[in-house]
Amino acid sequence: MAFFIDQLLNGLSLGALYALIAVGYTVVYGIVQLINFAHGEIFMIGAFGALSTWIVLGWATGGSTAWWNMPLMLVGGMLVAVLTAVVMERFAYRPLRNAPRLAPLITAIGISIFLQEFIRLFYGEIPGFPDAKAAIPFPQIEFFTGDAVDVGGQLINRGTFFIIAALVVCWAFLWWFVNKTATGRAMQAVSQDPDTSRLMGIDVDRIIVIAFAVGAALAAIAGVAHGVRFGNIDFKMGFLAGLKAFTAAVLGGIGNINGAVVGGLTLGLVESMAASYIPGQFGGAAWKDVWAFVLLILILVFRPQGLLGAKVVDRA
Amino acid sequence: MSTETVVEPTGHTVGRETILAARNVTMRFGGLVAVDNVDFTVHSGEIVGLIGPNGAGKTTFFNCLTGLYKPTSGEVRFMGEVLPPKPREVVVAGMARTFQNIRLFPNMTALENVMVGRYCRTSSMAFTSILHGPKFRREEAETRERAAELLEYVGMKGQGGHLARNLPYGDQRRLEVARALATDPKLLLLDEPTAGMNPQETRQAEELIFKIRDSGLAIVVIEHDMRFIFNLCDRVLCLVRGKTLIEGTAAEVQSDPRVIEAYIGSPENEEGGAHA
Repeated sequence: MAFFIDQLLNGLSLGALYALIAVGYTVVYGIVQLINFAHGEIFMIGAFGALSTWIVLGWATGGSTAWWNMPLMLVGGMLVAVLTAVVMERFAYRPLRNAPRLAPLITAIGISIFLQEFIRLFYGEIPGFPDAKAAIPFPQIEFFTGDAVDVGGQLINRGTFFIIAALVVCWAFLWWFVNKTATGRAMQAVSQDPDTSRLMGIDVDRIIVIAFAVGAALAAIAGVAHGVRFGNIDFKMGFLAGLKAFTAAVLGGIGNINGAVVGGLTLGLVESMAASYIPGQFGGAAWKDVWAFVLLILILVFRPQGLLGAKVVDRA
Repeated sequence: MSTETVVEPTGHTVGRETILAARNVTMRFGGLVAVDNVDFTVHSGEIVGLIGPNGAGKTTFFNCLTGLYKPTSGEVRFMGEVLPPKPREVVVAGMARTFQNIRLFPNMTALENVMVGRYCRTSSMAFTSILHGPKFRREEAETRERAAELLEYVGMKGQGGHLARNLPYGDQRRLEVARALATDPKLLLLDEPTAGMNPQETRQAEELIFKIRDSGLAIVVIEHDMRFIFNLCDRVLCLVRGKTLIEGTAAEVQSDPRVIEAYIGSPENEEGGAHA
């Protein structure tokens, strides 16, 4: 039983991580029908932004690991990620707004490689910053990392709490933002009919920037959560995480925010359960990615609109 | 075309303020002259109709008026200013429209559709709404209240919670009007507002348009339904092959033999076709 709960929590925390990233894919897709394949790198940049914030704070505090570092790291990571995403949108995607679909797709791959190499080659060159060519240990912040918590005999990693809490808060915030604010309503309008939105007085370019920014902020939170949960970060962590999150977004129904969350959690649970419970040759951690993508293929064949089934972008 | 006050045969006083003035508007697409040297003026509190057989250049001219096309020559002034280049700025300047084919946001409720129309009149930035300050909450409450008022105004009280795509056809048309009014326009452009409506719905649409006119807005209507347009409009401009055939009061245009000829075709001129 304890083993099952372990795997369940593993799956949920992994899934929550995918979900946080997947929301970024889905929001941007919902607004501009663009798969922003550089989004995984935004997740990575968010984690490095948080690390950098901690290092810079350390110059004043002497490397304090007190709990209050965490909110500052989150804000730092989000700022860096949002800034990167907004600059990327402005200079790489906006000029291609009316280009054939293939052009922004290839651009996204280019940006992705650019961002990875940028971190790999230049991060360590900044005085006082660690070399990023290999994995970097993520700062151990009091309260958020450390010994597992004993809940009724079940040991639970603190990172698990952090990730799941992050997902719940972000999901609630996003629901409120999309449904209860003027900007959110404008986002829904643009996703349903951009031309009419424009003729109704909505600044579509601004809404697109906001979509990128919201996705980046959530990806940055996921980046920090990844650091907290797994203890280290590296320049290529965005690749597989981004691909999985994209899978999660498609699984849930791309363009649908709730779908991204459901898809993320499903994917995380499937990976974790498949790795633990499939016996024999095809079980084990080595096969978890295979099962994840088998699930994607099954969904694409039997339910191409995704689990939550909105063929067009539905109410978010 | 004078801009002074004139008293229409209906006794309705118009010409208080020139809202829209098109001067010598010509629109060419390559060798084709879609709109040829057309003048057009709309005053506040006035309903002006735009008619003409298919292919007369109505839609092209309409797009020039709304700033979607920049005329090849001539100019369109709205409230004395040349139209700004971006559609969004045109809305902010005070021009709103409905569409020939209904273009609501299908998966939003009726109320939300109208609230989207308010968007350009609210100052809420994304960031201030995240902070959830008092200004944001006040603006949000005002938007909701104004949207509900507008739904009531167009006769859709209590239907705000329905998804737009589930509304009956006539209500969808009225909802488009409410959404357009939500942008606080000075000029409302209606593109075939009664297309596909039954006689009762048409009559309701007519009442609604009169009500909007009486609140002081200027209204431009493109329409195929002749009876509707001559009932409704203070003045009518009839375009044929891109040129102004006649402009005058509804009665003048209605009784002009050239208009009938343009629509139904005279024995020597069969190409017009019947569209009334």
